Amino acid sequence: MDLFLKIIAAAAMGMMVFYAWRAYQQWQEHGPKAAKGDWQAVVLPLALVAGLVILLIAMVR
Amino acid sequence: MANTQYSVLSGAQGTISANKVLKNTYMLLSATLGFSAITAVISMSLALPGWMYLVSVIGAMVMGIFVLPRTANSSAGIGVIFAITGLLGLGLGSILTMYLALPKGPEIIATAFAGTGIIFLGLSGYALTSKRDFSFMGGFLFAGIMVVFLAAIANIFLALPALALAVSAGIILLMSGFILFDTSRIINGGETNYIMATYGLYLSLFNIFISLLQILGIMSDD
Repeated sequence: MDLFLKIIAAAAMGMMVFYAWRAYQQWQEHGPKAAKGDWQAVVLPLALVAGLVILLIAMVR
Repeated sequence: MANTQYSVLSGAQGTISANKVLKNTYMLLSATLGFSAITAVISMSLALPGWMYLVSVIGAMVMGIFVLPRTANSSAGIGVIFAITGLLGLGLGSILTMYLALPKGPEIIATAFAGTGIIFLGLSGYALTSKRDFSFMGGFLFAGIMVVFLAAIANIFLALPALALAVSAGIILLMSGFILFDTSRIINGGETNYIMATYGLYLSLFNIFISLLQILGIMSDD
């Protein structure tokens, strides 16, 4: 990739980081907090997603 | 008694309203995905160069940040979301052209496509049936996005395959979290604009597909 394209891509991603930071602050201040058992309900489906990705990798190797 | 009746009615109306938003979101999501597929095929038939991906993603990002939120409450928002997804489809087409040139390219694309579909259907089904409110994940997901983007910026200049793999894996997990987050916000009344809801789910799908393509491309030694 040309240096010019690299700088453009980095600047665009930097802008995304800025917007993510603002959204993060807003959710930290005004968003609901997790109750007991909430994170457990998230970890299981995400673990299944990770397992599926590993399976897909094994399929294409 | 009157208050109780009001609250029951209000709850029922809220559910009907949420179901309407959900139905409109999935209809618009289907239409935008179909439109992206058309623009991707056009991009592939024109053999657009690889840098087109960067141009289209930046263009879509600018429209998504500055134009879509201002037009999402009007009919113009429909046009804007089709413009964004069409642009992303054009960029995707140039990436697919590169993958099709690889020995296992068609297999990688088909596997990534199937994987994206399974992840989206599975997580949406889970969020819809569990009816849990996943909006507590907001802070965590946006913090994760910041970390992943900072790592991606570093890797633009470092070009480390291991870091690219880690970034793609992180994006898949974060976007999976966003599917749960966005879907639960729709069904719990946190998101009432189906154009913005469609935009969120579309971006999750798009990013999962691109990241799966990258992971499968690296891991298949192509």
